[in-house]
Amino acid sequence: MSGQVKKGYARPLDIKHGRVDMSHGGGGRAMVQLITDLFAKHLSNEYLAQGNDGTCLPVGEGRLVVSTDSHVVSPIFFPGGDIGCLSVHGTVNDVAVMGATPLYLTAGFILEEGFPLADLARIVESMAKAANEAGVKLVAGDTKVVEQGKGDGVFITTTGVGFLPEGIHLSGDLARPGDVLLVSGSVGDHGVAIMSKRENLSFDAPILSDTAALNGLTAAMLASGAAIRVMRDPTRGGLAATINEIAHQSGVGVHLEEAAIPVKPEVDAACELLGLDPLNIANEGKLIAVCAAEDADKLLAAMRAHPQGREAALIGKVVEDPNAFVQMKTKFGGRRMVDWLSGEQLPRIC
Amino acid sequence: MKYVDEYRDGEVAQKLSAAIAAEVRPDRRYNFMEFCGGHTHAISRYGVPDLLPPNVCMIHGPGCPVCVLPIGRIDLAIKLALERGVIVCTYADTVRVPASNGLSLMKAKARGGDIRMVYAVTDALKIARDNPGKEVVFFAIGFETTTPPTAVAIKAAQAEGMKNFSVLCCHVLTPSAIMNILESPEVRELGTVPLDGFIGPAHVSTVIGSRPYEFFAEEYRKPVVIAGFEPLDVMQAILMLVRQVNEGRATVENEFTRAVTPDGNEKAQNLVSDVFELRRSFEWRGLGEVPYSALRIREKYAEFDAERRYGLEYRPVPDNKACECGAILRGVKKPTDCKIFGTVCTPETPMGSCMVSSEGACAAHYTYGRHKDMEAAE
Repeated sequence: MSGQVKKGYARPLDIKHGRVDMSHGGGGRAMVQLITDLFAKHLSNEYLAQGNDGTCLPVGEGRLVVSTDSHVVSPIFFPGGDIGCLSVHGTVNDVAVMGATPLYLTAGFILEEGFPLADLARIVESMAKAANEAGVKLVAGDTKVVEQGKGDGVFITTTGVGFLPEGIHLSGDLARPGDVLLVSGSVGDHGVAIMSKRENLSFDAPILSDTAALNGLTAAMLASGAAIRVMRDPTRGGLAATINEIAHQSGVGVHLEEAAIPVKPEVDAACELLGLDPLNIANEGKLIAVCAAEDADKLLAAMRAHPQGREAALIGKVVEDPNAFVQMKTKFGGRRMVDWLSGEQLPRIC
Repeated sequence: MKYVDEYRDGEVAQKLSAAIAAEVRPDRRYNFMEFCGGHTHAISRYGVPDLLPPNVCMIHGPGCPVCVLPIGRIDLAIKLALERGVIVCTYADTVRVPASNGLSLMKAKARGGDIRMVYAVTDALKIARDNPGKEVVFFAIGFETTTPPTAVAIKAAQAEGMKNFSVLCCHVLTPSAIMNILESPEVRELGTVPLDGFIGPAHVSTVIGSRPYEFFAEEYRKPVVIAGFEPLDVMQAILMLVRQVNEGRATVENEFTRAVTPDGNEKAQNLVSDVFELRRSFEWRGLGEVPYSALRIREKYAEFDAERRYGLEYRPVPDNKACECGAILRGVKKPTDCKIFGTVCTPETPMGSCMVSSEGACAAHYTYGRHKDMEAAE
């Protein structure tokens, strides 16, 4: 045998060709190596570096806002994003629409035995980039491995923590008759991007998911000084579900104008083809805001001045209605209800 | 969206609305049945009734393929999935239709049945090719529109020599259902269902043509206007029906000339008659046993017939007693006439089939039109 192995040499993680195996979740050296060479490499910061069972964090001003979200999207890589950045955006947005400034994230990974390490590295890099852009730090994490066939590649659960300054109080039960409803941009992009991939639909211009962090936009909206009552991101169930939630929580009705709701022509066409309604389709980079009617122009201007809100539009108004019905004047000239979706339209969308 | 928005133009709708209002006689009512679920859905989704005068009333017909599927048929598919371990493929809405023992295909899936939702029968063929060790059954439902693709799939499976693919054929025929409604005692003798005319099917008619409806116009003196599924098509068809009624005519007219010819698609018809033959009788939900109203697979394609292959025997199962789907499918009752509408029976927990598909009369009314009941009550 020629050549001596260097003292203290440890074989590096084979990110190019390696796969997740059961030892990566076993609590031994393989797990430590996966965490150090892959997760910590991309996500490290002073808090993660503490390396203890829990992370000790400085507390910001105001009240604490916490939100948690699990991500099981299929396919893992989709036009416009992947499960990594989605798992950051989804949770950051839930904290941001509360009016809070998101600061910290934790992430739990459930990996399936056999999952390519190269894919995992791509996902972790994408998470790191998204977290960096959103100005949040990943402060704690966990990895578990399940046997082949017991998972589907990778599932990621993230929890977000933010701080809500005194004086800001947004809630789904604060919409009042006379208020107006605004949406930050075109609806249905994320769901249709996923669906087009699943159904192998090809379009001249591919439909990209709108997945994005909205904390910049929410900060700009709050800074405008408009009397905002509610902010919410219409993810699963789409615009229809989110507006129904607000109507029910506030005990009010909503009247929408179909012609005012922005929908991209290619999304509209795909929905037509698949028999879907863009109002029921998930978004991952849009928000709805309810605000006092007199502040509508001010808020709309602030939203349109931000890159995430360029296509913002006023889409309806809040009315008195003990039934809490959401109704819409159709482009055709009739009126109909906009109801919650029944059953599962697009499973595993986020 | 080009070639679609033109048929949903609000300004044209207003003009048609004004034309209908100008032509209806104030001293009478106009009751028209839209046969197809596609029309029911378009009427509800675009808010067409808001553009009609109060004396023009639309009655929802039985043309929703999911709605007319009887419990016994779903039971057969569930049995195949749970007891025989086959992969059952079907169109999406079908999985939610309630069956016996509190089951549905979706619930059977949760109990371990391998049930796949597909957009087209070609997806079922692909699943069969990808799973050579498993048997795959396509649960084929639908009217004349979905029948030709099933015929193509069976022929393709034969040409490829596929041994693991078969079809549970539940394809039904539109003219037999219309005839059944016209012959029903409520329409013919009691007059409890005043029917002044039909909006004829869109996609079905592209296959069978407009000729099969001539008999109804002549024999039963009911005008028929075949219309596309876009809301302006529906409005135009209503105007044409109003004119026929006012002039005392009862003929078959075609609003959907951009797709429907008198003779239909002969190539598709030939394909269908090569693969399928008439069943002597078939049970419909709501209409009961209707003679010569459905298709089965011909002997020469027997190996692709799931009923023969698995020795399936049809067992009729009565609907839930409180459920009014039957009367609603015949146009005798409205969804709101049903005691369990919107209470026990909702799209989340459907008791009857009309609450399942978005083309079903109850689901369409629940999802798009419920606000009107509240206004009427005030």
